[in-house]
Amino acid sequence: MEAKLSDKKQLLLGDEAIAQGAIDAGASGFYAYPGTPSTEILEYVQRSRVAQEKGIHSQWSANEKTAVEAGLGMSYAGKRTMACMKHVGLNVAADSFVNSGITGANGGYIIVSADDPSMHSSQNEQDSRFYGKFAFMPVLEPSSQQEAYDMCFYGFDFSEKYKIPVLMRITTRLAHSRSGVELKDPREPNSITLPEDARQFVLLPAISRRRYKKLLETQSKFIEESNNSPYNKYIEAGDKKRGIIACGLGYNYVMENYPDGCPHPILKICQYPLPDKLIKRMAEECEEILVVEEGMPLVEEQLRGFMNAPLTIRGRLDGTLSRDGELNPNMVRVALGMDSMMGDNVPDLVKSRPPAFCVGCGHIDFFKALNEAVKDKHGDGHVFSDIGCYTLAAQPPFESINSCVDMGASITMAKGAADAGLFPSIAVIGDSTFTHSGITGLLDCAIESTNIVVCILDNSTTAMTGGQNSHASGRVRDICLGLGINPEHIRECVPLPKNHEELVKIINEEVAYEGVSVVVPTRECVQTIGKKPKKQ
Amino acid sequence: MKKDIILAGVGGQGILSIATIIGHVAVKKNLHLKQAEVHGMSQRGGDVQSHLRISDKPIFSDLVPHGGADIILSVEPMESLRYLPWLKKEGWVITNTSPYINITNYPEMDVILGELKKRKNHIAIPAEDLAAEAGTKRAMNIVMLGAAAQFLGIDFAELEDGIRAVFGRKGDKIVDVNLKALRAGRDFTDKATA
Ligand SMILES: Cc1ncc(C[n+]2csc(CCOP(=O)(O)OP(=O)(O)O)c2C)c(N)n1
Repeated sequence: MEAKLSDKKQLLLGDEAIAQGAIDAGASGFYAYPGTPSTEILEYVQRSRVAQEKGIHSQWSANEKTAVEAGLGMSYAGKRTMACMKHVGLNVAADSFVNSGITGANGGYIIVSADDPSMHSSQNEQDSRFYGKFAFMPVLEPSSQQEAYDMCFYGFDFSEKYKIPVLMRITTRLAHSRSGVELKDPREPNSITLPEDARQFVLLPAISRRRYKKLLETQSKFIEESNNSPYNKYIEAGDKKRGIIACGLGYNYVMENYPDGCPHPILKICQYPLPDKLIKRMAEECEEILVVEEGMPLVEEQLRGFMNAPLTIRGRLDGTLSRDGELNPNMVRVALGMDSMMGDNVPDLVKSRPPAFCVGCGHIDFFKALNEAVKDKHGDGHVFSDIGCYTLAAQPPFESINSCVDMGASITMAKGAADAGLFPSIAVIGDSTFTHSGITGLLDCAIESTNIVVCILDNSTTAMTGGQNSHASGRVRDICLGLGINPEHIRECVPLPKNHEELVKIINEEVAYEGVSVVVPTRECVQTIGKKPKKQ
Repeated sequence: MKKDIILAGVGGQGILSIATIIGHVAVKKNLHLKQAEVHGMSQRGGDVQSHLRISDKPIFSDLVPHGGADIILSVEPMESLRYLPWLKKEGWVITNTSPYINITNYPEMDVILGELKKRKNHIAIPAEDLAAEAGTKRAMNIVMLGAAAQFLGIDFAELEDGIRAVFGRKGDKIVDVNLKALRAGRDFTDKATA
């Protein structure tokens, strides 16, 4: 259900505003791998009729690295493109991301990384702005859905002006919050134009050194752009006992607490590198500075340095704000020196309600069999798992798995443990995670005939993130054969209660086999079956 | 005019349809709106909430501040209590009374209702039954919307128009059932607060 206001004003999630912004700003392609809270960007493009009519690329990529590289290729060809991922996806893409700062861009290139402070749906709360700084790339951090939309135009223009990819950093709260967004007139996509320098993208040391120097030299221009950016604002006010630097959504939480206007000067920062002149101005005018930033204390650390700063700096590092977790209006209120507005406590009777397997999910039947074959027989501690719905098997009543680190780590950790002598050593990985990052690990095992059992749970979808297409669908067996797995030890089965005994038997047999075994429990996700369009 | 509302429930119960209708009306009236949703992991049967803010002035924060909500509107009784830290002292807790039990330590119903009754401003409504009477249990959310209607600062007729606009594509029958459900919720609250 969507509420459409008019053709020119729409009610959009932050993610949707970015998608619409990039479409309107002339993007020719989007590349992404699903991950909360970034998934809805590409999903929106896939639903967009305009995007279809214009032939804008919107298929999912195998993982974030392939996405960022494909985006770089489209930029090389002179077209505007956007790559999207969740924050940990940027780790996967880090090699291509950091190097794309050195190759630079040709067609406008925006890379969106969606952070998840407070870890609503993630393994960590890393702050992507550090990646921007690390790669010497400009970073845009919208504070509203409207800014997110507008920044797509701005970001592509910036990227083409300086021939540099631009990182857009958002957080869960903006990604998944809806608000009215005014649309601009759409701009035509670029036509194919190769880079002026045909060797720009060849990172041989001699070329890299030259390009890296150029990137460093351009930093001062980026800083000057930040000083003059429409998204960085110095807002004058009378009470200079304190100045406030508020980044991205942090700005909203400050303003929420001053309905009649803020009495202190505010520096709103939504574009990096940091605007040095604006910061120096605040340092000269104010007695202390409070830094309100979502995520890690990137700005605060830069202000403090190691030496004593000439003025007091408050923020996440001195305890004025919590060192970790997502900001909210009340936290910022207390940091501003006002009384907490907290309502009544949550009564003790309210119990936590962790996410759980859906009724009828095939993963349930698989883990029941796995527990009987492994945990009951060999004890706890043998199952390396991965990221997906099946990670819920860490909780009671299953308590089946012993690891979940990053996508693909199940197979490789099981390998390392098997190499160390652990027996049995079992990996459990979903189909989408397998094609994201599992294939290479399984190749390592195949080459060495490592004694492990790899269970690839094929539910024909990327379930945890809402049911996106999986690259593995219908291909798991062929991929394993191609990697050199013995066909007799690729065991497909259907995880259903009635097949319990058979499943246990298969796992037992493959545990007993010395070498690489692959067990493929195959049954479609109950959510995606339910969503399939009914035949008319 | 400014209303801060916390919508509460369990992943899969579909609290967002309530937000969609209020959002539709708010935007038609040219009000400002921000609505933060939960996507991702919690949608698998975990606790979910949506912060819905409408105002005639620009809104800064996507989140309702603690102690700032005018209404907690919950489609599940235990979940209605999870968000008390966000509720204003004189704010309303409006909750459906049918429990969604997917945990082993779910509290007794009388304990939940007892806690609810400690609050001066509360409405506990058997929304599933009322929805069934209106035509389908699935309209439970709309009964809840109706129950909250008089606190939203939106005319009832505008909410009815919102239902027509949002469900219109699904046909007259669905629209009628939902309008009935909306009115049933309103009538319940009218009696409870009379
Ligand atoms: C690097 C990285 N990218 C994306 C994600 C988000 N993510 C978590 S689980 C998941 C889907 C897993 O799908 P699959 O392996 O098929 O398992 P299923 O949920 O279907 O059981 C994704 C994309 C992540 N955690 N890390």
